[in-house]
Amino acid sequence: MRNFLSDKVCAIKPSGIRKFFDIVSEMKDAISLGVGEPDFDTPWFIRDEGIYSLERGRTFYTSNSGLKDLRCEIANYIKRTQNIDYCPDSEILVTVGGSEAIDIGLRAVINSGDEVIIPQPSYVSYEPCAVLAGAKPVIVDLKAENDFRLTPDELLAAITDRTKVLILPYPNNPTGAILEPENLAAIAKIVKEKDILVMSDEIYSALTYKGKHVSIASFDGMKDRTILINGFSKAYAMTGWRLGYACGPSEIIKQMTKIHQFAIMCAPTTSQYAAVEALKKGDEEVEKMRQSYNQRRRFLLNAFKEIGLDCFEPYGAFYVFPCIKKFNMTSEEFATKLLMEEKVAVVPGTAFGDCGEGYLRISYAYSLENLKEAISRIERFIKKLS
Amino acid sequence: MRDELLSILEKNSRIDFKELAVLLGATEAQVLDEISKLEKENVICAYHTLINWEKTDIEKVSALIEVKVTPQRGQGFDRIAERIYKYPEVKSVYLISGGYDLLVSLEEKSLKEIAAFVSDKLSTLESVLSTATHFILKKYKDHGTIINETVKDEREVITP
Repeated sequence: MRNFLSDKVCAIKPSGIRKFFDIVSEMKDAISLGVGEPDFDTPWFIRDEGIYSLERGRTFYTSNSGLKDLRCEIANYIKRTQNIDYCPDSEILVTVGGSEAIDIGLRAVINSGDEVIIPQPSYVSYEPCAVLAGAKPVIVDLKAENDFRLTPDELLAAITDRTKVLILPYPNNPTGAILEPENLAAIAKIVKEKDILVMSDEIYSALTYKGKHVSIASFDGMKDRTILINGFSKAYAMTGWRLGYACGPSEIIKQMTKIHQFAIMCAPTTSQYAAVEALKKGDEEVEKMRQSYNQRRRFLLNAFKEIGLDCFEPYGAFYVFPCIKKFNMTSEEFATKLLMEEKVAVVPGTAFGDCGEGYLRISYAYSLENLKEAISRIERFIKKLS
Repeated sequence: MRDELLSILEKNSRIDFKELAVLLGATEAQVLDEISKLEKENVICAYHTLINWEKTDIEKVSALIEVKVTPQRGQGFDRIAERIYKYPEVKSVYLISGGYDLLVSLEEKSLKEIAAFVSDKLSTLESVLSTATHFILKKYKDHGTIINETVKDEREVITP
């Protein structure tokens, strides 16, 4: 029989997380700090609205671009948080999670050989999605001494004549880094000069701990060259509902909608009804969760200091990214050993790009009790090493 | 800091000052100072423990009693409420809008004792017009805590 597989797909490296997942899931009673989703249940009033929509028999397809009500609420949300005006009819598309928006956003703009700049460490799907879309990924290795922020010099060094898209993954998974307005202004200036499109993945925008999140799309002249991606998974603890959205220039959204309509049809209807409610009444719940995450963040940073684990202070998402270079082990060795000896699962930084070597991603989407137990195990582990 | 401090203490009054300071991003001295202010201002009135008595050998019977009263001139409901809340077996007294005036919750060792309290003490008060007693059969959730909750993490152990 001949080989039916696509060369392009076969060439994609399997996710580094997957490999580690297989080891962890074999392990009984391990404490995991490896999860990239909230520990909170979706707030009850949001779930209740989903149930109610089912009771009313709202079980049909919605329009391709999503429920009109939902697109209007998204427009309101972005207006009140970022002061940007998006037209619900032509500039907003409801997708199956932020992940779909990343995929179809790239597919809608890439011609074969276009270059996409991807700062790393970052979420695992940018690079494969860019490759599948036919682009050449250009990786920028972010540095701990810059708190993992993309600097203007790093960006300039990565730009060529073929550069079309810059992916801007802030607040960042896995580092927890954010970009502040002055950082964004510098990037916006370069991007305009070099005529580049920005794909700004702002899925963690509601979870920042130093001032409010600012979108690059809110800068002068940037709305026309930004695909803003966000969703409900992280802010509203709705990962399983699979719901996100993209906002951008109508000509790009129009092409994205084409792919979306042929590949997906529409995002899950139940989720869309629930999401309308989330945007209308969810602010208070989001703030409560943010406050809890912030307490845990402070707890972890303080605990790391006490047990001698170096870590820059991250101001976003729900991850810390401590450095383990002084233990003379690779991230993977450290994580594997920690799992085997103390049964604590963390994700090696290398799962998010080669430059994650020497770091671990530790999630604080766990209760304080959980984190305390994990820290005491990590402390014991580190003491044995030194 | 005050609001966040209160919301932590409301859930866990036994948390130590050191940890509180870390969680709030403040110093221990600041936390101590704020708590003593809150206590002095009677914002924090008391620290309680939520006990599931069903898991002990101690018998407890609880009841909620709706009470209709005649308010007294010049003192409204306060005077009669006071006469009721002074009884140590009375756990709480609320002034309620709607069909009756006071909601009294009571905890006793037996059903008989609750009956005795209602008939001997409560009903005989001059301004009490009528009472309706409801016995609590089961507590599902109390003070924001689900009584018999077992939390299991259903998430995949590692996700990107």
